[in-house]
Amino acid sequence: MFNNFILSLAIWTPILIGLSFLLFSKFLGTRLTKSLSLFGGLISLFVTLPLYQKFDLTTPHFQFQEFHHWVTPFNINYHLGVDGFSVPLILLTSLMTLIVIIFSNQSVKKNLLQYHAAFLIMSGLMIGVFSSLDAILYYVFWEAMLIPMFLIIGIWGGPNRVYATIKFFLYTVLGSLLMLVSFIYLYNKTGGFSIYDFYKVPLSFPVQLFIFASFFMAFAVKIPMWPLHTWLPDAHVEAPTGGSVILAAIMLKLGGYSFIRFAMPIAPDASLFLKPAMITLSLISIVYIALVALAQKDMKKLIAYSSISHMGFVTLGLFLLTPLGVEGGYIQMISHGFISGALFICVGILYDQMHTREISRYGGVVNKMPLLTAFAVFFAMANSGLPGTSGFVGEFMVIMGAMKYNIFVAGMSAMTLLFGAAYSLWMIKRVFYGKIKYQTVSKLVDINSTQFIILLTLAALTVMIGVYPKFISNLTNVSVEQFVQYISISKLPTI
Amino acid sequence: MTNIASHLFVILPELIISFMAMFILILDLYIKDKDRTLIFSLTQLTLLAAGVATAGFGFHEPRLAFNNMFVSDSLSLYLKSLSYISLSMVLIYSRTYLKQKKLWTGEFLSLSLFSLLGIMIMISSHNLLVMYMGLELLSLCLYSLVAIHRDNLNASEAAIKYFILGALASGLLLYGMSMLYGFSGSLDLSVIAALISENNIEPSLLVFGLVFIVVGIAFKLGAVPFQMWVPDVYQGAPLPVTMLLSSVPKFAAIAMVIRLLFIGLEGVSADWEQMLLIMALLSMAIGNITAIAQTNIKRMLAYSTISHIGFILLGLMSGSVIGLSAALFYIACYVLMTLAAFGLIISISSKDADIELIDDLKGLNSRNSWAAGILMISMLSMAGIPPTVGFYAKFTILQSALNEGFPTAVIFAVLMALIGMYYYLRIIKIMYFDVPVKKNKIHISYDMVLALTINAAGLIILGILPKSLMSFAALSTFISLQ
Repeated sequence: MFNNFILSLAIWTPILIGLSFLLFSKFLGTRLTKSLSLFGGLISLFVTLPLYQKFDLTTPHFQFQEFHHWVTPFNINYHLGVDGFSVPLILLTSLMTLIVIIFSNQSVKKNLLQYHAAFLIMSGLMIGVFSSLDAILYYVFWEAMLIPMFLIIGIWGGPNRVYATIKFFLYTVLGSLLMLVSFIYLYNKTGGFSIYDFYKVPLSFPVQLFIFASFFMAFAVKIPMWPLHTWLPDAHVEAPTGGSVILAAIMLKLGGYSFIRFAMPIAPDASLFLKPAMITLSLISIVYIALVALAQKDMKKLIAYSSISHMGFVTLGLFLLTPLGVEGGYIQMISHGFISGALFICVGILYDQMHTREISRYGGVVNKMPLLTAFAVFFAMANSGLPGTSGFVGEFMVIMGAMKYNIFVAGMSAMTLLFGAAYSLWMIKRVFYGKIKYQTVSKLVDINSTQFIILLTLAALTVMIGVYPKFISNLTNVSVEQFVQYISISKLPTI
Repeated sequence: MTNIASHLFVILPELIISFMAMFILILDLYIKDKDRTLIFSLTQLTLLAAGVATAGFGFHEPRLAFNNMFVSDSLSLYLKSLSYISLSMVLIYSRTYLKQKKLWTGEFLSLSLFSLLGIMIMISSHNLLVMYMGLELLSLCLYSLVAIHRDNLNASEAAIKYFILGALASGLLLYGMSMLYGFSGSLDLSVIAALISENNIEPSLLVFGLVFIVVGIAFKLGAVPFQMWVPDVYQGAPLPVTMLLSSVPKFAAIAMVIRLLFIGLEGVSADWEQMLLIMALLSMAIGNITAIAQTNIKRMLAYSTISHIGFILLGLMSGSVIGLSAALFYIACYVLMTLAAFGLIISISSKDADIELIDDLKGLNSRNSWAAGILMISMLSMAGIPPTVGFYAKFTILQSALNEGFPTAVIFAVLMALIGMYYYLRIIKIMYFDVPVKKNKIHISYDMVLALTINAAGLIILGILPKSLMSFAALSTFISLQ
């Protein structure tokens, strides 16, 4: 019985908590705000845990399904369900939201309640995206999610926030509107918006190409893939720390997830046809953007570019269209969620005290903040793919998969391990080591216990997945197999 | 005698409105300024009574009256009930503002009622002349409403402009109608339709008349390239009148499309579909792109209206029942969100200074966060972002156009909607991210807060559960145009 509304609970608990915060914002003091939002984050995490606990590892079918008629004139239904691809991302979402709430309780001073409300609402909407089996339901969550992020960057962001947030919004919406056109096209073909029907409907090759292109516009912007990535560095730099964490840890994953859920199974022949092109784009993302990252002077911008480069691995893995590649790309998504989130938190801690992110304004931080330095070094290592951390597992699997496809592709992508180490460690060297050059640095205070716990949790998860990746792959195995099956069957109409 | 009674029964809502409009006009002479709330309540009661009378008909097969001059069907049920609701909201939102500006007179109320009467006649007309009569009644009331603030230069200028262009449009329409009459020998729309379908009229002549009719309709809708009057009149007219102009008469304009094109000239739909398509694309492009450059909020909303009209035309241009029901759904959503936007701007316009420029909204969130929230919801809805109703409005239109096989037009529309999002977002940006110029808090009376909250909640609730309104629109179209 409980299984029947567990997903709704996961989606609507944070949204309702967030909305009630907004309604009662006048009556809550600062201290109450902090404990209430912590409580809200904990409950929101708690309601997603049964998804992991009760998940059936043996079946590739969607589980915990919920079905209600919604907009009957257009056969739009409130249809939820999760498989191995959704569950880890849902857990990641609720966990990162809780972490952001704990972190922001200490660092955000302005309109804290609204800030938390925005994050809670967004977390519910993102879980909605990960669990929708109806295209319009998915689209509603996907678009609605932009509103809180738009406000988070615009209200709590840095000096150039307005430009960044409007760019973020319009870039994303351009893609999603084209995606909507594709959904409507598919509706006119199948008479419904269920993705089951979308998977089955035969589509001619030009139509598949068009559908794939429109999905590509939506998802490649979100991931982001070169050359649609230019909004991301702006958004990251201007967003407050919490915004950056959620953006990097979860929002980018929506793109990868949606490729798996929509673009590839709906247009398998187009995916196969465009495989070389997509792999090329991914390689450009991986190599070129890594070089761009090397040249950055702003820490957040550097991590943002590193995110793009790492997400290149995800798309590379997915478009290898083999179980190994897909699995590797997926693990890379989860791992990147923890690592990039942690790195943004490290930068956020520094920024809160120094009010600058210029690498050249730092130097010798280790003398004042040994604990933070330890964590930063660890996450930078993980970011560059140190064996034993989760960063290694995904990249290794993707490179292995690429090796089977083409030795050159594998070689190119493996190069990035080098570049990744270069930009991550060089940044660490310039920021944390060396002598203290500036007065401001000598006044730094090391992380407090809360921040320590946050970073320790993330580090533990990174190591856990690095040492025992089965933790994730257990969940995804069956789904990956089924996914590869879906995309290997041609959907061209038989004449 | 029973015959007359049954005819009169069909026009019962119109009778109520016309009688009460006259009664209020006279009653106003005997009433002191401070007791005018009585007249206001009476007006609202009139709308309620007309609403009950109209709803009493329920969904029904078309009923013709007075020698087929007048028709009451499910479409008129849909459009009329929405007109009552919108006018009632317009009056609620205008009250405080008009009192402050010393424009709170009986004329405003009775002119509004008379314009509503014109709208209702247009909605129910089944005859070229009746349509024209309704249109003139509506237009004359609107001309004088625009000029109601007679000491204001801008308003007078807007009224003159509106009058001249409106008269020109009426003239064109009338010319087109006279041609149709000349070719067919009848003013009855179904007779004309029958003659066309029997190929009794020379097609080239018919198209000649059709062009003038479409131009007349486009003028009244405010579609490009006949949109020139819209921004100027919106800007010059007092805020409540702008709100009125941008909401209720649109129901009449869409009724013109339905009665004249869908029913009367259905036989030449291939011709007018192309005209509507071109106007739709142009309206979306010009409306959205020009709106970006506006600094005056009324002008911005005027151009935004033009772009919404473009979307509505995109639904209508397919000439299909699906497209029509999508357009009907869209127009209801459009009016609802426009009312929320204008209602809010009216409510925060203070005694001495109206909100004129977009920059007047700077930092609204810190001056009154409730107001900023309401305006944000209506802007998001206009931009078509879920979970607001604007999303489903755009969705239905795109679905119908794609279904009829216009993928290029749909992609164009989507790109234009994207451009449109920019200036709606800019309003949100100005309210939330900018620092206010004036720091003082804004106080809004409780009745306005209540009404606007209901309105904005409606945008969200309909955005989450659009089924009822959607089915209402679809059902009334299907029953009327089988």
